[in-house]
Amino acid sequence: MRIVLLTITTTVEPASDLGYLLHKHPGRVQSFSLPVGTAHVFYPEVSAERTTAALLLEVDPVGLVRGRGGQASEGFALGQYVNDRPYAASSMLAVAIKDVYRSALTGRCQARPELADSAISLELRIPALPCRDGARLVRQVFEPLGWQVRADAVPLDPAIEGWGASRYLDVTLSGRLRLADALNHLYVLLPVLDDTKHYWVSTAEIDKLIAAGGAWLAGHPERDLITARYLAHQRELTRDALARLADVDDTDPEDLDCALEPATVQGDAGLSAPLSQQRRDAVLAAVRAAGARRVGDLGCGEGALIADLVAEPAMERVVGADVSIRALRAAARRIGLDRLPDARRERIELFQSSLTYRDERIAGLDAAVLMEVIEHIDPARLPAVERVVFGYAVPGTVIVTTPNAEHNVRYPALGPGQLRHRDHRFEWTRAEFGEWAESVASRNGYRVRLAPIGTDDPEVGPPTQMAIFERAAA
Amino acid sequence: MSGPEVTELGIPELSLVVLVGVTGSGKSTFARTHFRPTEVLSSDACRGMVADDENDQAATPAAFEVLNFIAARRLAGGRLTVVDATNVQPDARKQLVALAREHDVLPVAIVLDLPESVCLERNAANPARGYPAQVIRRQHDQLRRGLRSLAREGFRTVHVLRGAEEIAAARIVRTRLFNDLRHETGPFDVIGDVHGCRDELESLLTRLGYQIRRDDAGRAAGASHPGRRAVFVGDLVDRGPDTPGVLRLVMGMVSDGDALCVQGNHESKLVRALRGGKVQVSHGLAESLAQLAAEPAEFRAAALTFMDSLISHYVLDGGSLVVAHAGLVERFHGRTSRRVREFCLYGQTTGETDEYGLPVRYPWAADYRGTATVLYGHTATPTPEWVNNTMCLDTGCVFGGRLTAMRYPEREVVSVPASQVYYESARPFQVAPAESAAEAPVRRDPDVLDITDVSGRRVIETAHRGRVGVRAENAAAALEVASRFGIDPRWLLYLPPTMSPVGTSGRPGLLEHPDEAFDAYRADGVDQVVCEEKHMGSRAVLLLCRDAGSARARFGAPGDALGAAWTRTGRPFFDEALTSQLIDRARVAAGQAGLFDELDSPWLLLDAELLPWSAKAGQLIRDQYAAVGAAARASLTAAADVLGQAEASGLDVAGLLQRTRARLANAAEFTAAYRRYCWDTDGLSGVRLAPFQVLASEGAAHHQRPHSWHLDLADRLVAADPGLFVTTRRLFVDAADPASVAAGVAWWQDLVAAGGEGMVVKPALNLTTGRKGLAQPGLKVRGPDYLRLIYGPDYTVPENLDRLRQRGLGHKRSLALREYALGLEALDRLARGEPLWRVHECVFAVLALESEPVDPRL
Repeated sequence: MRIVLLTITTTVEPASDLGYLLHKHPGRVQSFSLPVGTAHVFYPEVSAERTTAALLLEVDPVGLVRGRGGQASEGFALGQYVNDRPYAASSMLAVAIKDVYRSALTGRCQARPELADSAISLELRIPALPCRDGARLVRQVFEPLGWQVRADAVPLDPAIEGWGASRYLDVTLSGRLRLADALNHLYVLLPVLDDTKHYWVSTAEIDKLIAAGGAWLAGHPERDLITARYLAHQRELTRDALARLADVDDTDPEDLDCALEPATVQGDAGLSAPLSQQRRDAVLAAVRAAGARRVGDLGCGEGALIADLVAEPAMERVVGADVSIRALRAAARRIGLDRLPDARRERIELFQSSLTYRDERIAGLDAAVLMEVIEHIDPARLPAVERVVFGYAVPGTVIVTTPNAEHNVRYPALGPGQLRHRDHRFEWTRAEFGEWAESVASRNGYRVRLAPIGTDDPEVGPPTQMAIFERAAA
Repeated sequence: MSGPEVTELGIPELSLVVLVGVTGSGKSTFARTHFRPTEVLSSDACRGMVADDENDQAATPAAFEVLNFIAARRLAGGRLTVVDATNVQPDARKQLVALAREHDVLPVAIVLDLPESVCLERNAANPARGYPAQVIRRQHDQLRRGLRSLAREGFRTVHVLRGAEEIAAARIVRTRLFNDLRHETGPFDVIGDVHGCRDELESLLTRLGYQIRRDDAGRAAGASHPGRRAVFVGDLVDRGPDTPGVLRLVMGMVSDGDALCVQGNHESKLVRALRGGKVQVSHGLAESLAQLAAEPAEFRAAALTFMDSLISHYVLDGGSLVVAHAGLVERFHGRTSRRVREFCLYGQTTGETDEYGLPVRYPWAADYRGTATVLYGHTATPTPEWVNNTMCLDTGCVFGGRLTAMRYPEREVVSVPASQVYYESARPFQVAPAESAAEAPVRRDPDVLDITDVSGRRVIETAHRGRVGVRAENAAAALEVASRFGIDPRWLLYLPPTMSPVGTSGRPGLLEHPDEAFDAYRADGVDQVVCEEKHMGSRAVLLLCRDAGSARARFGAPGDALGAAWTRTGRPFFDEALTSQLIDRARVAAGQAGLFDELDSPWLLLDAELLPWSAKAGQLIRDQYAAVGAAARASLTAAADVLGQAEASGLDVAGLLQRTRARLANAAEFTAAYRRYCWDTDGLSGVRLAPFQVLASEGAAHHQRPHSWHLDLADRLVAADPGLFVTTRRLFVDAADPASVAAGVAWWQDLVAAGGEGMVVKPALNLTTGRKGLAQPGLKVRGPDYLRLIYGPDYTVPENLDRLRQRGLGHKRSLALREYALGLEALDRLARGEPLWRVHECVFAVLALESEPVDPRL
């Protein structure tokens, strides 16, 4: 059993009336059994000047994991066993507030109705509030609601120099508010601040939380951020085979399963159309120029280009291949594979493939596209990719796009040396890409030309660079 | 045609037998009499299957689709197949001939030619059939008309049985195909392209231990070996100085039974030229013609007969060895057709020509996945190389290279140098420097493997645990990880199996205890065990090569790489620069410790733990473990404060306060636990390796060697470079001796009291078969403090512990054994020098199994 703590202190006269507001007797220690553990309410200090109520939630981590059906589920990743949930003020504390302070949360108080309706001086303390984004975010969401925020970083490990702060904050909120509003703020916002997967919060629960925000959420300046974070944190509960391989290697599953994450930066300052759209347009133009009718998108990701290719009337066969099963599922959804008329669906093949293993299914194409793919491959494995694509599949045309590293200085969000996506293994300058492209072409009997995609900055070049390889006639 | 006394009908063992005869001629009876029921495909039966009526003529097209489909599957599997249908129409037969050709088997026709009257009579006697008489007459006409053209239609064997008596007297005799010499088990010496280099051939045969027999004129006319036979891959002739001399020698050997010889493209062309055919006199044909012109006519005639009689490939030694001039893809082994012959003679070309105007050859060997060893010649290469269990033995003798033989089954290469350049190659021939022509053949694995080597549902045959299956979804996850994060498969020769913990202990405060390990092994009949300290780091496998040359030769390593180091999922630990530093340092130590010499191997595969844990898992430790500690400290300290206040003000919170303080202490223990496994590293400084097994070296896997042997080698590494290598402490225990067991328990207690992770108990002899089959290769006994990291800071609270004790170990144990068997299989295949794809499929399967859902805390 572990512990999550929330204390509420008031200095309203008489402070001991806090007991009426919370519907909890200051002279007693009360315990409540909740789905996630046991909550205790008691008063460490009671006086007319200052009264503090403590809500102490004893979380049962073993029970949490075993919860569904008794037996420990075998498919879960290790992170679900050893984690901070039992200590961190997160969605579970929100649930506890709702259950234990139910009346106070609704503002009902028969004994002191006028007190319940008035703003009183309050101080709420949460000694371990998880918030990866730091004190700034806490201020951003609480200050507009009338709170003064004090948030001190909790050190990650005081005994290890250089590890710095943890993602926890020791937070004290002070202000003059109605107690019901104060509790409601916590109830809605705690899960927003917590940047971790809410393994134990169902979608229905999230809807309830958003609904509870009611009036104040609508006028909150950070309303979009708050709702977006709710949605972003809905994760699938059953983790897949990939997550288990991450465990085996002491790696965060998200570090492995990050292929579909959007890049840190994406854009072209000079143009209105998104860079991704420009890229697809440029690739499609190259495909058309090559007169290709059988085209493979190798590393198709979520299938944006596949959708464009299928829409081309001249296309006879469109192959979408990716090594990520998740990407393929997303691609099938995106192009609505199971809703397409037969005539269209028959032209599409989606399958798992790998650019480091030969695959007969990608042979015989007029054109193969590797759009923003090579930078996701370790440089040491690029020769294998070259063999697979240019040596074995041997398409008539190969179109490769990749970021132009020189352009990165135009992205203020990127630190020096930082890459555009956390899965990028490298980003090349125009010279580096050109050199690679030339040598690949000469080794494999292709001719290559390079072209910019996006605004061609006179100083640092375009955001994306493209190489079009044409097979020299035999 | 002979009379009724002829009874034996020869048909090739692998053929498509087409019965031809009108309705009522007794085909079905004939088929039943002479063939197994499963060999016979009857159109009537197929009609019945698709339409519930054997006589429903409307169902005929569908019935033949079914029949052809089954026939195709059978022929693809190399099974004789008999088609029982009238087949009186040329069109019907044409389809069947095409089907036979498609599967490169010989089509055979057996015609049952009964007098029309008999057929009509039988038809009338069978009213269910009810064919009109004119149908029978029409069929009979068609049959008669078609009889003469059967051979022209492509039937290689035609038997016509006339009348009921002949049919009744017939007996089927299945004959071996000419290429089928599976009963010849060798040993063999397979010899590459000779091209008229008689001197070199004589030297090579002598080196191989053959006694040359000379004719009256002193010319070599045969050669024999007391226990071996030579097999020539063809191209005995053209280009070189003495084509007649080579022919005389080889013809003598073949006719004496001392050699076998397949035809090469040069023999084929020479035969055509000698017969006066129109051929382009090029590629050294002129030399042969001139040399043969100087020979007596009888010799020329004999040579012509000999060369013309050569067949294009042999399947030898129970199917384990195939010899063909230009090699042979697996699906053509033991098959017969024009295209099989053409492949054997010329290989496959891509249809393109290279800069010298020569055809570009399709690299069939890179795709080869067969179990038979294929030996061939045809394309001159500087050194013989194993590619997927195939080897080209043409080392360009006539171009000044070497004449090479492969001893089979020893797989040793023996060669002699050419005494001069006899002929200039159209494509410049690079003569290998003398030292690289050393007789240990190199291997050249294809630079990339095929996706069908790893993807989808797979079953792998292991020597130690039978068939191990991999589900498609697990293979898919493994493919993603291997492709996006894994190192080159040419390095990735092994992945360690997962290891099961001991059975759960019932002792107070403990989840794991050594007693359960000793008990388990004793119960399995394994008394002698070794306890090895479990280092808290990351499992690492290291491949160390003595030098860049051997790394290139054995593993096709790019550049100057000397090896690799990888994690349990085949990922690199460090970037390239740091990896090569680590490998280089470990390699130097292995050299100093004499390991390469002692194992007589240019490379070693080491199983080790890489320390500290934080070197690889630093991010995880901070994000997960340290974070838990920080949250616990902050929460619990504040909670203890307010509870203290509450107690001081007279509330009864004693129980809660006590629990909270205990938890604070647990959190401190938890933090202390991970801190022991973290220290700073900078480049290599601070990185340590604790080796505990030498998994394999050239030609040998070492899992049969006792752990004492492995640990001794590990100690020598530590002695050679104590700055890098760390000792693995160990204690040998006799599980049947209570005193020894008590010492083992005490040893573990000391280890974990000092902050150690725990120990692994292994059968002292290493690979061990217990009472219930393969014994677990190790059982881990983790210390109570370490387990806090796994089960959480408060797992020792009795009510938590009680629930945690209900953990199920069955799946984990089974998984550990399956992965262990796959790992052993990978090492065995590696030791046998099998092709990379055979090793890789096992390694990949381990990775796939690791993605099976199992409680990760075990």
